[in-house]
Amino acid sequence: MSSKEPLFSAKNRKLITNPLNVQNPITIQVLGICSALAVTAKLEPAIVMSISVIFVVVFSNVIISLLRNTIPARIRIIVQLVIVAALVIVVDQILKAYAYEVSKQLSVFVGLIITNCIIMGRLEAFALGNKPWQSALDGVGNGAGYGIILIIVAFFRELFGSGTLTLPGLGTLHIVPQVFYDWGYANNGFMILPPMALITVGIIIWVQRSRNKDLVES
Amino acid sequence: MENLINIFVKSIFIDNMVFAYFLGMCSYLAVSKTVKTSFGLGVAVVFVLAITVPANYLLNKYVLEEGALSWLGERFADVNLSFLSFIMFIAVIASMVQLVEMIVEKFAPALYTSLGIFLPLIAVNCAILGGSLFMQEREYANLAEATTFGLGSGIGWLLAIVGIAAIREKLKYSDIPAPLRGLGITFIVTGLMAIGFMSFMGIQL
Repeated sequence: MSSKEPLFSAKNRKLITNPLNVQNPITIQVLGICSALAVTAKLEPAIVMSISVIFVVVFSNVIISLLRNTIPARIRIIVQLVIVAALVIVVDQILKAYAYEVSKQLSVFVGLIITNCIIMGRLEAFALGNKPWQSALDGVGNGAGYGIILIIVAFFRELFGSGTLTLPGLGTLHIVPQVFYDWGYANNGFMILPPMALITVGIIIWVQRSRNKDLVES
Repeated sequence: MENLINIFVKSIFIDNMVFAYFLGMCSYLAVSKTVKTSFGLGVAVVFVLAITVPANYLLNKYVLEEGALSWLGERFADVNLSFLSFIMFIAVIASMVQLVEMIVEKFAPALYTSLGIFLPLIAVNCAILGGSLFMQEREYANLAEATTFGLGSGIGWLLAIVGIAAIREKLKYSDIPAPLRGLGITFIVTGLMAIGFMSFMGIQL
């Protein structure tokens, strides 16, 4: 690859746009499901979680990519784990300091970013064989692809489950007007419970694959 | 003793790793195509959870917690290393997995051939780290409780993966809408299984 290649060449743009749709980490590559489902009962923790994952995946991709020629292949997993764990500690401490309520809601799932398969998957599949800039873009793309699914799932679960949307900085917005409740509309409390997260993701996969036939499994 | 049985049943059915907290979903989805391999992976998870949770419990109690280092002397009484817990837990897990792999290879070659390929995978299974983090968060009173919790959540995970694998073996013969085939239907079936497991929530122990 020549050094004259523009920073946002077509090939580099693909690194960001592919994971948003046809290479989505959650619905296509099946990575990072664990945390994706558990933090989506409300919108706010989902957004905070997405930002944290983007941060960790971008920086770990860049660091591993810079070190890729010096890490012996036999111990690369432990090197990756140490780097990722250090970044996650940083995120955890920042959340505890500036967003304590959200960090309480996320509980163990901040720590579980370490074993989020997206991060290890991208390190193994991409950062070990590519330059830092491409790795950073790949990290942004995959983090955002993960975040998009999280936010879609959380949006529907919170809207139908509690009739509200919680945004960082804005607090809880009541979306369903009071008249609806007076007429007999009721929140579907079931949406907040864990099983509906799985079914919502199942439906997202269904919609995505029926729009794009190439993705259908045989 | 009653307390231990309580924790055991609770961690298998009510706080099931897969259905209540979605932990270990990656391998749960990837390795659940046949009952035989998923049973192998499930046993490996039970094994590793039952070893790493008590190991991390001791680490947390005597090194990481606030005031945990007081056995070293007065000067260390108010040292709080809990911010290091992520990195310490994952290091313990990775080295334990390596150790277990070596011991099993040496002393039980038959077990190694059936379990061996799964062991390296397990170091990055969220269920293992999740077990240790939940153990830390729930503040179990003693080593026996922590071990029971580790064992119970492992068995809960084993139940879940063997269950979904059995269903997927049968699903191969059903006529599923094309876009739902594979991953989509697995998610929805898992959701239905989770609804089934929610019926245990009413149990008062």
